[in-house]
Amino acid sequence: MPDEQPARAPRNVAVFASCIADLAAPGPVRATVRVLEAMGLDVALPAGQTCCGQPALNSGFPGPARRLMRHWIEVFEPYDAVVSPSGSCTATVFHQYPRVLGGTWAARAREVAARTYELSQFVAAYGADLPMRLDATVTYHDSCHMLRSLGERSAPRTVLGRVDGLRLVEMAEHETCCGFGGTFAAKFPEVSVGLADQKIAAATDSGAGLLVSADPGCLTHLTARVVDTRGAVRTRHIAELIADAVEGAQE
Amino acid sequence: MNAETPRSAALRNRDNVQVDRPEWAAADTPPHRRPLPLVTREAVARPQARATNDRLIDTNHRRNDDKWPPHMAALRERASVIRRETLRDLDGYLGQLTRSVEAAGGHVHRAATPEDARRVIGEVAAAHDVGLVVKSKSMVTEEIALTPYLEERGVEVVETDLGEYIVQLADERPGHIIGPAIHKSREDVHKMFNELAGEELPGRPEELTAFARGRLREDFHRADMGISGVNFACADTGTLTLVTNEGNGRMVTSQPRVHVAVMTVEKVVPRLADLGVLVPLLSHAATGQKVSGYQSMVTGPRRPGEPDGPDELHLVILDNGRTDIVGTRYEEALACIRCGACQIACPVFRTLGGGHGYDSVYGGPIGAVLTPLIGDRSEGADLPFLSSLCGACADVCPVQIPLPDMLVDLRADYEAGGGRAPRVAWSLWSRFWAWPAAYRISVRGARVAARVPGLVRALAGRSALGRGWARGRALPPLRRAGDARRWFARRSGDAGGRTEGGRGER
Repeated sequence: MPDEQPARAPRNVAVFASCIADLAAPGPVRATVRVLEAMGLDVALPAGQTCCGQPALNSGFPGPARRLMRHWIEVFEPYDAVVSPSGSCTATVFHQYPRVLGGTWAARAREVAARTYELSQFVAAYGADLPMRLDATVTYHDSCHMLRSLGERSAPRTVLGRVDGLRLVEMAEHETCCGFGGTFAAKFPEVSVGLADQKIAAATDSGAGLLVSADPGCLTHLTARVVDTRGAVRTRHIAELIADAVEGAQE
Repeated sequence: MNAETPRSAALRNRDNVQVDRPEWAAADTPPHRRPLPLVTREAVARPQARATNDRLIDTNHRRNDDKWPPHMAALRERASVIRRETLRDLDGYLGQLTRSVEAAGGHVHRAATPEDARRVIGEVAAAHDVGLVVKSKSMVTEEIALTPYLEERGVEVVETDLGEYIVQLADERPGHIIGPAIHKSREDVHKMFNELAGEELPGRPEELTAFARGRLREDFHRADMGISGVNFACADTGTLTLVTNEGNGRMVTSQPRVHVAVMTVEKVVPRLADLGVLVPLLSHAATGQKVSGYQSMVTGPRRPGEPDGPDELHLVILDNGRTDIVGTRYEEALACIRCGACQIACPVFRTLGGGHGYDSVYGGPIGAVLTPLIGDRSEGADLPFLSSLCGACADVCPVQIPLPDMLVDLRADYEAGGGRAPRVAWSLWSRFWAWPAAYRISVRGARVAARVPGLVRALAGRSALGRGWARGRALPPLRRAGDARRWFARRSGDAGGRTEGGRGER
């Protein structure tokens, strides 16, 4: 969807916060709103939104997941576009909704999914004119669902490439899982943390002081590990980085 | 067995090899006996796991960095069609295969269960007074635990694939579908071979291989029976194809007087011509080769006038619950051609230091899908949870099996057959969270709890998931839960702008 060259961005845009960001990462939600407003859009944060259902689905409870999926569709259907700071939740809407929901709900899901974007996808598609400036050296972690379910590896790099003063250094294994995986993180903590340690070491070795990703899930998990081990790497959500860069260009 | 001189040259002095492995990696320990989280914890903690992980990361880059080049992508598409076409008429193709093998002079045995398969093979061995078996690598013989069965009956069994030989000496199960000793370093192997030889051997890989080859060669001539797996069984000609890189498959199928080939039902392919697609694809996915070093194609036993080949050929076709998968949403799992690429690509598999950490004959993504589906569906039911659902496996699968989706669906099957309490809890949770006011109350609750010192930690400690999270991680920062909504509502209010009740508000 971002590959085409649309003349005009959708006007009436809803931000889909995600439950994990509501609970543990409000900064990226605010940043998403600020970036979209800087693009001159009419931004809503629908108060009726809750969770996309992914936690239930991936834990083995598709029935409860479907209930939240239907609710999600009802909340976001009225908008021209839906934009989220969570690549994984966006991927759930895109990939799992049509697969798991039946009948007319699957059709409705496909329609909304077609205009649902992870933030960097939306900025890559419609924000070419957005001035951005930030002096930083960052490394980008490709979150799995965004990379493989959404098939999105270029949009975040496109957007980061537009930021004046920003240098992106690719770490080793940037496409390898960080080990979060929802309840997997708690069911097999040693495996999960083992993966986190590899990701954190790769980010450290890259020389970039800042580990950036488009997923509050990955970042919550990685940050929790960095804090526990008193690591030196700092983490930052890409929405906050973009918001900082937009602000940086205004100064 | 060890009281008398072993018939096998390759296994002479095997008792001198120091066994250093956890119990759950042992060859003769039935899998799925310990809680999976405990096995994985021990697996990750082993120093060998880290070294294996490093090696497998390199292997993964060599194999998968160029993804699917156009000519291989075309083979992948074609193979995906062939494999699904086969599954649509599995019974028909198996019937055709049986007739073709019998027409070529072979005997075909259909085995519903591992017990049936073992019994048939044991009977063939007894009928031919077999004392020594040479074996080429075969996962199905692992699935039916064939070697311990034959050993109990006084038959010596020698693994002739180098990796299988190494894990046999180490008294371990294979650690990977096609690279059984993938978890062993060159140093590990050198040490084992020194102990076996009773002297310091030169340690370069080709020298270690030469040592094993020398020991194994004698056994090829001495053995009474060869047991092999089958990579592809062609229904139209009855040709059993083995793909190897060591040539041991050719020796096993041609030197002893009896050859027993063991396959699972889904190894059948419609046509000999399909090998033109499947063999290069398997080679590419498994080892990054254009084509494997050897392809042994066996059509019937030795015919009059032929210089070598067995007097008798037996083909054992194991079902073990597989035909029950046909027609279900998991049918495509049977399209697997056992390349092991999903295992190499899987960061969980790598971090566990190989397949032993799955406590299962088949590890990795395909193992986590297949294991709960075969047999009486009682073992390894929780394996689908041992995945972060990253999806790397689906990218590399040469026949495009949707492994991550299957893992998700198998989790649902597991919970549907599990306790009532979690189902009720998740159902209540979803009802609550489908109601926006209640959702906001729970976000506010998290915020309040996070501001009471120690409360979140105490609450986390009362749940298994909370305790799991807290192993090696700080608690997630909940103090600012709901901040974004408050901020947005305040701004909208100040500006006299829209309030976002919207749809879905009840």
